[in-house]
Amino acid sequence: MAWVNAIIQGVLTGGLYALFACGLSLMFGVMKVVNLAHGDLAVVAGYLAIGIIAVTHVPVLWSFVIVVPIMALLGYVLQRTVLQTALDRSVLTTLLVTFGLSVVIENGLLQFFTANSRGIGASLALVTGAFTIGSQISIAYLLLLIFAVAVAVLLGLQYFLSRSKYGRLIRAVADDKEAAQLAGADYRHVFGIAAAVAFATVALGGIAFGMYSDLDPTTGTDTILLFAFAAVVIGGLGSLWGTLLGGVVLGVAQQIGAQINISDELLAGYIVFLVVLVLRPQGLISRGVQS
Amino acid sequence: MKGDGEVGGGDRVDAPGDGTPVLEVRDLVVHHGQLRALDAVSLRVLPGEVYAIIGANGAGKSTLLRTIAGLHHPTSGSILYDGKDVTGLRPERRATQGIVMVPEGRRLFGSLSVEENLKVGATYARPGPWTIERVYEMFGWMRERRNQPTAQLSGGEQQAVAIGRALVANPRVLMLDELSLGLAPVVVQRIYGMLPQILGTGLTVLLVEQDVSQALRVASHIQCLLEGRTTLEGEPADVTADQVEAAYFGLAGAATASQPGEGSEG
Repeated sequence: MAWVNAIIQGVLTGGLYALFACGLSLMFGVMKVVNLAHGDLAVVAGYLAIGIIAVTHVPVLWSFVIVVPIMALLGYVLQRTVLQTALDRSVLTTLLVTFGLSVVIENGLLQFFTANSRGIGASLALVTGAFTIGSQISIAYLLLLIFAVAVAVLLGLQYFLSRSKYGRLIRAVADDKEAAQLAGADYRHVFGIAAAVAFATVALGGIAFGMYSDLDPTTGTDTILLFAFAAVVIGGLGSLWGTLLGGVVLGVAQQIGAQINISDELLAGYIVFLVVLVLRPQGLISRGVQS
Repeated sequence: MKGDGEVGGGDRVDAPGDGTPVLEVRDLVVHHGQLRALDAVSLRVLPGEVYAIIGANGAGKSTLLRTIAGLHHPTSGSILYDGKDVTGLRPERRATQGIVMVPEGRRLFGSLSVEENLKVGATYARPGPWTIERVYEMFGWMRERRNQPTAQLSGGEQQAVAIGRALVANPRVLMLDELSLGLAPVVVQRIYGMLPQILGTGLTVLLVEQDVSQALRVASHIQCLLEGRTTLEGEPADVTADQVEAAYFGLAGAATASQPGEGSEG
């Protein structure tokens, strides 16, 4: 029964990882930007929520409504300025620039918020509550909610990309940005929209992580970014549902590792990550936004 | 957006068929790195014309079209559209103002269906006669296959989609880059057979073609490039096969039909 519990916990945590991963995957799939600041931006969103809750006393869940649009706007602006300038030089430059961003954000957070870790809504029944099945399986409401949100986000993204005008343009620009220009589309604007969408998902992931665990200024690189990368690689680059599959595989591997020995949790996840990288480098699902 | 207002009313309908060019290129010089791809090329395209640029591989034909579309930056020279200088305009702005190119190699969006390709073309369309529906009427097979990925189409079908994608933007100047490339002669005939229908809606065509006889058949005006320079220019009826051959291959005594060569100082 303990194993069943481990698998259930792993699957549910996979939803959180998918929230981290889908934005990373989208930005790489569309503009070939490997955003090394992805995790730090999630942490920024988390701190933003903490700040907004502390100052305005809005209910915890309302912080999403404020933070997600702010992060989306930040994504658009960052893409149109810093990232686009880097892209105009070369794709490799974006790697350096996002690495720089990551360092700046992390140290900025340390400076202003200290290295202390903080949680979001730690007193909420939703965050602490759980229901039990039998004696061994305990399912946290929060994890279940996060998983549901992740699935909803992926469904929404899929609908957006396949049906909406901007989704179509995003796919077109990812295919051939010069041909898109000839059709009258300003690919820089389309990139901005894609970044806004990616940052919105990052914001959701960051706040969700702050509720699930604790945030500190280094969480972004040492946890969120790594898990996001692992989920993307396991699932398959550029595949939307691959990020959920990758997240779930990573989550289950971690939980099974923890079941064997509590200190093997992270190790087990990375072993699966390596095995997939060696045996199936294109990922478990290898098609989607980008060919 | 500034182009939209003045274009909407169809003020070109009564524009004189001679005199004012819809598109004019003056002394265009374009470099690819060290290589001088275009050397002081000029042209004047009148409304309603089919203006064909011919020339061998590497003559600079595609570079010329791509520069007019805004994909290359000229070293010097200017591009005038409707009398206004558009040399510094971004490619997407030129497209929305009515200079639309069907690029060489078709360049369809591979992960999009036929209809989605057309929808992208129509996203920033100017007002005008062309709609996706009208494209389906012109190419009958397209409607039934509109949900297929374009990778499943034959080369000729892909070319038709590429033309459709450009038409739904309602261009005033439609630029066609090497339509015949990689297509069977029958298919090429069929595609060029559509040209009268396209011209019937009042647009102007500027095309690049390696197949000289094809170009001479459809064009109202031809211009031959050789190593980035104009070697011959005139109406197909006024040039002889020998002149074309000389201009095309760079044999002695070229540049005779009219007065273009002067611009290219040595």
